[in-house]
Amino acid sequence: MKIAVCVKQIPDPATPYALDPITHFVVRPAEQVLDDTDRYGIELGLQLAEASGGTVTLVSMSPVGNLQGIRQALAMGADKAVVVNDPALRGSGALVTARVLAAAIAREEADLVITGTESTDGYAGVVPQMIAELLDLPALTFARKVTLEGTTLKVERQTAGGYDEVEATLPALISVTSGAVEPRYPTFKGIMQAKQKPVDQPTAADLGLEPATVGAAGSGQVISEVRPAPERSGGVKIKDEGEAHLEIVKLLERAKVI
Amino acid sequence: MSHQPVRPGRSDPKDFLAIDALLDDDERLIRDTVREFVADRILPGIADWFEAGRFPKELALEMGKLGLLGMHLDGYGCAGTSNVAYGLACTELEYGDSGTRSFVSVQGSLSMFPIHAFGSEEQKQEWLPRMAAGEVIGCFGLTEADAGSDPSSMRTHARRQGGDWVINGSKMWITSGGIADVAIVWAQTDEGIRGFIVPTDTAGFVANDIHHKMSLRASVTSELVLTDVRLPESFMLPDVVGMKGPLSCLNEARFGILFGVMGAARACYEAALDYAGTRIMFSKPIASFQLIQRQLVEMMIATNRGMLLAMHLGRMKDAGTLTSSHISFGKLDNVRTALEVSRTARSVLGANGITLEYPVIRHMNNLESVFTYEGTNEIHTLILGQAITGIPAFS
Ligand SMILES: Cc1cc2nc3c(=O)[nH]c(=O)nc-3n(C[C@H](O)[C@H](O)[C@H](O)COP(=O)(O)OP(=O)(O)OC[C@H]3O[C@@H](n4cnc5c(N)ncnc54)[C@H](O)[C@@H]3O)c2cc1C
Repeated sequence: MKIAVCVKQIPDPATPYALDPITHFVVRPAEQVLDDTDRYGIELGLQLAEASGGTVTLVSMSPVGNLQGIRQALAMGADKAVVVNDPALRGSGALVTARVLAAAIAREEADLVITGTESTDGYAGVVPQMIAELLDLPALTFARKVTLEGTTLKVERQTAGGYDEVEATLPALISVTSGAVEPRYPTFKGIMQAKQKPVDQPTAADLGLEPATVGAAGSGQVISEVRPAPERSGGVKIKDEGEAHLEIVKLLERAKVI
Repeated sequence: MSHQPVRPGRSDPKDFLAIDALLDDDERLIRDTVREFVADRILPGIADWFEAGRFPKELALEMGKLGLLGMHLDGYGCAGTSNVAYGLACTELEYGDSGTRSFVSVQGSLSMFPIHAFGSEEQKQEWLPRMAAGEVIGCFGLTEADAGSDPSSMRTHARRQGGDWVINGSKMWITSGGIADVAIVWAQTDEGIRGFIVPTDTAGFVANDIHHKMSLRASVTSELVLTDVRLPESFMLPDVVGMKGPLSCLNEARFGILFGVMGAARACYEAALDYAGTRIMFSKPIASFQLIQRQLVEMMIATNRGMLLAMHLGRMKDAGTLTSSHISFGKLDNVRTALEVSRTARSVLGANGITLEYPVIRHMNNLESVFTYEGTNEIHTLILGQAITGIPAFS
């Protein structure tokens, strides 16, 4: 079985992000790291590949930068990576991202595509569904538990009130939530071997994508304005005269948290 | 190269000299992986293990899986990382606790290294893969109750009887002794000092743990007693005779220590910095008092300087230019520096500084052992004294 796992390198979340004043996209420094939430998808991919004797290929679109995040994912045990690295992709929105990833995945002839639910740096939360649509695959999203029996995928799909049990036959796409699996640490042997693993770096043109369909031009959207989120207002102060806990419970109930 | 102007601005209080930029990608990834492992698996339990006087033996397999054990050795299930990567792993482990770092030093540098360097091919095949995996735990028996700084005065001896060796004697202060499956024991023979691979279930071998320690409590320290321990020739390390054997192991371990203690120092400095920023006294955070600022700055400078020294020695080791007297420089200066930092941090934390709620007194007490083992401060001073004057002053 061939498993493709979509991963993303992002600016280090520990450092403040800058937005490009013209495109309003997150400015990508040369040094990037693996999006922490991608580790769940990688772990799931590795577990399914180990159980079925399959392979894991990482698929990423990374306009500029180093490959440290990809190496980390390879060090966890993935077999190879395809990183679409092309200046023509600058300014790509969610749809173009999905188009590029889908083209790379199609070239790999993957039986199963695994993604996270959304990235940490800048996100719309729709790329997984778009990839599925472009590849004409069933999309099993927000998986909190995944089992594979033969070619049947069974997924517990996280919902607001609980979970749905859904299933599909391969090929398919699943997006996994944090906590679906416990990501492994990369091993030192894995780290030492990661450098020897193949990292294919095709351009958009190599994947057969026309220039007009990628980058800012292909996105069909512009971010016209960006404003900082309003400051949080002061909140509610409850003075405790022995009954404060009841007030707090009421507030939590009203917020539908409990 | 064009002239670069000095940039105005503040530096990262937790990596002031941007030492992170000195690491390559593999080193950074290994460092970050160990840092995460320590945060997940060591820090949550360490205060309890320390108080209970228990080494978390269950971590051995996890450390093996990660590749921590014998990580800088090549082949036989070892990862074969750079020496700098090994050093950085020690730094992160000792940020957790000197006990867990000691375990890794003893396993990799003192038990696996002698087999790797001086063992026969059969010995390497037999022991190293299982030791790298953490399935077999090793210990290193050199010191005796009456032979500490002068280990060549050891009384433990091995004599040939038929085709076998018979070993008698006792070893003291042996890290991991009571949990070990195999002991590397150094003994006098007619040929000079030799190393033996002693499975701890061999008849005549007994380990007695040392209790009532106030330091390295999350580490097992034991006495080894060998009474007519009989082993075939194939359990002797064939490729070394004399003090060169144990001393070359110590060099490996001391290298890990000079990196490791900077982890303990960093933990103490960070605890003091965080504490001083939030502890209010006289209506202000104590970090606003000049006397406290001075202590914080001294700790910051000491920790960065020690880490730079470690990196420099690490790069030399990878380049093959490091000597044993360089290692003495690093062991002597970095351990005493870390001990000073821990004592300063202890004082900044006031009464809270004496509890296990914070890491500082644990590190401070641990560092007393690290100060003494692997060559005391005085012994390394004498090594350096001989190195610069040419005159030995040991006796
Ligand atoms: C927690 C712990 C774990 C240990 N683990 C191990 C282990 O795994 N394996 C092992 O083999 N050993 C181990 N040791 C032993 C350690 O290496 C010795 O304690 C150390 O070498 C010092 O020996 P000593 O304690 O006998 O002190 P001594 O040698 O008796 O020294 C006492 C004092 O005299 C000073 N001194 C000695 N000689 C001179 C001199 N010529 N000039 C000036 N001053 C001198 C010393 O610096 C010291 O201050 C461990 C020790 C501890 C505390």
